[in-house]
Amino acid sequence: MTAESGTKSPTERMRATLRRRYAAERRFQAYGIVAIVVALSMLVTLFVTIIGNGAGAFVQHTARLDISVYPQDIDPGREADLDALARANYQSLVNDALYSMFPEATSRQDRRAVRDLISPGAKFVIRDMVMDDPSLIGQRVSVRVPLSSQYDQVLKGNVDPAVDFRVMRESSTEIPWSLPEGERLISDTQAGYLQQLIRQGEVEGSFNRWFFTNGDSRQPELAGIWGAAVGSMFTLMVTLLLSFPIGVSAAIYLEEFAPKNRLTDIIEVNINNLAAVPSIVFGLLGLAVFLQFFGLPRSAPLVGGLVLTLMTLPTIIIASRAALKSVPPSIREAALGVGASKLQCIVHHVLPLAMPGMLTGTIIGMAQALGETAPLLMIGMVAFVVDVPGSPLDPSTVLPVQIYLWADSPERAFTERTSAAIMCLLGFLILMNAVAVLLRKRFERRW
Amino acid sequence: MTYQQPHTEASVSYPETTAGSPLVAGGVKVAARDANVHYADKHAIKDVTLDIAPHEVTAFIGPSGCGKSTFLRCLNRMNDTIDICRVTGDIRLDGEDIYDRKVDVVQLRARVGMVFQKPNPFPKSIYENVAYGPRIHGLVSHKDELDAVVHGSLERAGLLNEVQDRLESPGTGLSGGQQQRLCIARAIAVSPEVILMDEPCSALDPIATAKIEELIDELRQNYTIVIVTHSMQQAARVSQRTAFFHLGNLVEMGDTETIFTNPEHKLTQGYITGRFG
Repeated sequence: MTAESGTKSPTERMRATLRRRYAAERRFQAYGIVAIVVALSMLVTLFVTIIGNGAGAFVQHTARLDISVYPQDIDPGREADLDALARANYQSLVNDALYSMFPEATSRQDRRAVRDLISPGAKFVIRDMVMDDPSLIGQRVSVRVPLSSQYDQVLKGNVDPAVDFRVMRESSTEIPWSLPEGERLISDTQAGYLQQLIRQGEVEGSFNRWFFTNGDSRQPELAGIWGAAVGSMFTLMVTLLLSFPIGVSAAIYLEEFAPKNRLTDIIEVNINNLAAVPSIVFGLLGLAVFLQFFGLPRSAPLVGGLVLTLMTLPTIIIASRAALKSVPPSIREAALGVGASKLQCIVHHVLPLAMPGMLTGTIIGMAQALGETAPLLMIGMVAFVVDVPGSPLDPSTVLPVQIYLWADSPERAFTERTSAAIMCLLGFLILMNAVAVLLRKRFERRW
Repeated sequence: MTYQQPHTEASVSYPETTAGSPLVAGGVKVAARDANVHYADKHAIKDVTLDIAPHEVTAFIGPSGCGKSTFLRCLNRMNDTIDICRVTGDIRLDGEDIYDRKVDVVQLRARVGMVFQKPNPFPKSIYENVAYGPRIHGLVSHKDELDAVVHGSLERAGLLNEVQDRLESPGTGLSGGQQQRLCIARAIAVSPEVILMDEPCSALDPIATAKIEELIDELRQNYTIVIVTHSMQQAARVSQRTAFFHLGNLVEMGDTETIFTNPEHKLTQGYITGRFG
């Protein structure tokens, strides 16, 4: 301290430090604000990118076809039996309808170009319709079938060129390609057919219901998330049914009953360590134990649920123990004081107060499980599964793995669907967190 | 373990008592002989020997940390919940050793109720707070009987008039003094023989305190009451007998009047005259 400052009064000296203290506080606040702005801008970038990429997947362009359901094509025996109807040849019905719309296309090559306009899955749309209502046989019906994904992408402007669908319909100008024909996805002939179809007013962009009702498919226009979503639901169901009771019971035992000794200390340390184990390790364990040793079916949500149970258990146990610890000891004393047994004290008084914390922990664990990919790859849930699973034993995939699979596919339309699936997954997560908040509010009691 | 006495008064010897013979006239409800409590390696209660007479209010006084609450909690084995706590010696309720292996701690706590320092009603309705004890002990067989017990207990705790029309509202919504009386009602709902009160008024204002003290005096007719208190005035007002604890030792016990007017022991005198504490 200098001689000068030594002569200052305590008030003056305090004022000098006060300025420094306020400056430090303002600096700290500024750091905080900068951190929040950075975090928020990253979040906004993420959402903008995903929504910008994925919004298009909720729209699918369809073409209206007038299909004559000839009985000789699909039901020659006139049995109207569902088995025969399921196996019948609907492709020829679709082809006939297309050829009649483009009578000028006669060569093999041209006819192929015409057939390519419509999704190869159009026959399934017709099949499902006929099987739902066999009385359609022998009639002429007007059906909307999905356009092939490449044409869909051209119309959405995702693939060269940037075309506005409405402008194209109104004017008959040539499509403004920027690439030479050889480098394009569709040739001039194919583009001509597409324009013709549009001019006839048969093409329409509408809500993509297939995306929400179908399983996976090689054809992007038919690929949907329903199979993966159901797989995720079965997996989470198994996880929840196993991990919640096991986790909560373990937490109650460790927190309330277990003697505090070296053994329980070791168990506690190991549970904490388990929470930090990379998830793929659980996948390997699941492969070795559940598939090799117990011989459970491959790719099944049951096994996925078992593996994810192992993964979420530590989260639930740690959260539940923290919730139990935070119950004020006065409540336990009160219960024990009137002669409640230990179990009565816990079940009647401690658990209701700890429940919100336990549920929050569980839902955080479930959200983690919902977004988990790596361990499921190891047990074969990465398979290409077209059917929507009907039980936890059927082969299936889950949403994040579906995203991974689509992100790997080269078709432009799958890029769009990848982002759309991410949006659905995020929607699921937001929904689960909302449920967590609601449950908290509902069960929270003040004392 | 040797214990370093921090006070100069330590040179005086503590009164010697003999085991077996009753120390109070007119019957003994709770009897302790050479009771010791250890928390890990801390010797919290040292060879305490005392008797508590039925239908009397016995007050435990002493400076903070002297072990009076610890000893109180030995009487209904609340110390069992603390892992590191070890109780030795002989504590009897109506002649029965409460630390005997055959004694069920749940039943003991029904016989020896407890009211705590901080009012701790359950986060449930007023009715549920009082009904909980009788219900878990199976003391009532149907709703009307339970209603009667709840009303009777609230009545005896002097709370019925104040809460009669809102029995379904939460017990935590009451004022501090009302909450404490609710806790007393909850304790007497299981018809205990002894009620232990651990500084029941330390969180309350003087008016609420006066109400509780009045209540304690009335409850004496039916129950044996042991109260731990920091306030010597309170001990003088509500109790018939007083025990003075210091550093884990029972220094002196006797009629409240004697203790406060003519204590035998220098330590007691120092404490009640406010020279330390």
